[in-house]
Amino acid sequence: MPHDHHDHSHDTDGLSPSGHPYRPDQDHKLTRWQAMEIAMRELLVEKGIVTAAEITETVEQMDRRSPADGAKVVARAWVDPSFKARLLENGTEAIRELGIEPGVLKLIAVENTARTHNVVVCTLCSCYPRNLLGLPPDWYKQRAYRSRVVKTPRKVLAEFGLELPESTQVRVHDSTADMRYLVVPARPEGTEGLDEAALAELVSRDAMIGVATARHP
Amino acid sequence: METDKIHRWHDMGGQPAGEIKREEHDFALWEKRVDALQVLTSGKGYFTVDGLRRVLEDMGEEAFETMSYYERWVQSVNQNLLEAGVYTIAELAERMEQVQARGETYGECAGSGE
Repeated sequence: MPHDHHDHSHDTDGLSPSGHPYRPDQDHKLTRWQAMEIAMRELLVEKGIVTAAEITETVEQMDRRSPADGAKVVARAWVDPSFKARLLENGTEAIRELGIEPGVLKLIAVENTARTHNVVVCTLCSCYPRNLLGLPPDWYKQRAYRSRVVKTPRKVLAEFGLELPESTQVRVHDSTADMRYLVVPARPEGTEGLDEAALAELVSRDAMIGVATARHP
Repeated sequence: METDKIHRWHDMGGQPAGEIKREEHDFALWEKRVDALQVLTSGKGYFTVDGLRRVLEDMGEEAFETMSYYERWVQSVNQNLLEAGVYTIAELAERMEQVQARGETYGECAGSGE
């Protein structure tokens, strides 16, 4: 047969183009909270507080942001030692060089090496470098990750499939409302011949949060 | 040992917790719009990130456990806009009623919002 759907066929329509499920309420009966969003949006537009075009543009900007932006920063740091030095010194200013607007928040880049592994959390809420990575994954905002990664980071990283040697020091960075962290993963061995664009392909969102390493080519 | 009562509920670093659930979802349009309303109205000075967080934290632990992220956010943005005097509770209630009368699904009720 042309397609082997197994028992997933009934789920296929419920998946987005990126392969993740839509929220179950997407096509279902209007919820109270959705009604609230619609009402607020209409009142704000009618009162001239925001325009419909601004809302559309903000949503589109959200859709345009992805971990590919952060990966570009990491790849540049790998190939350009002076950029890496500037990034680690002042992340906010350094990302402007790549045309990424840092916004009002301070960006702190931390580098993973054989000796030190950095991982990022926001224990109080869900602060996340959206301008570099897009919107955060669900697990980043959930209690389990926020509570546990600061106490038993090695165990949590192991649950993400990342086993670190005892000789590697683990540093957990807790974000605040005024600043954001970006992890610069270590450049994998055997990537000397790759150009910047190919290197960026090796850098996943999870590697820039610090729950994974960069992929090997 | 008893749970540490010094911390408020949202201050969860180091507290006991279960397994990390790795599933993810793409955000629905209404969720992105809530996010956009927060970005735009706080950017225009109607409230601050501290105002957003104050309402979220005051909602308490049960809201955190039972409601989705943007369900909590829409309430917080709304509360902050009410406090800023952008619209009144009566205006909001009336509009929500109109919205709910338009149809069954989000798509039907969102009307020509664009």
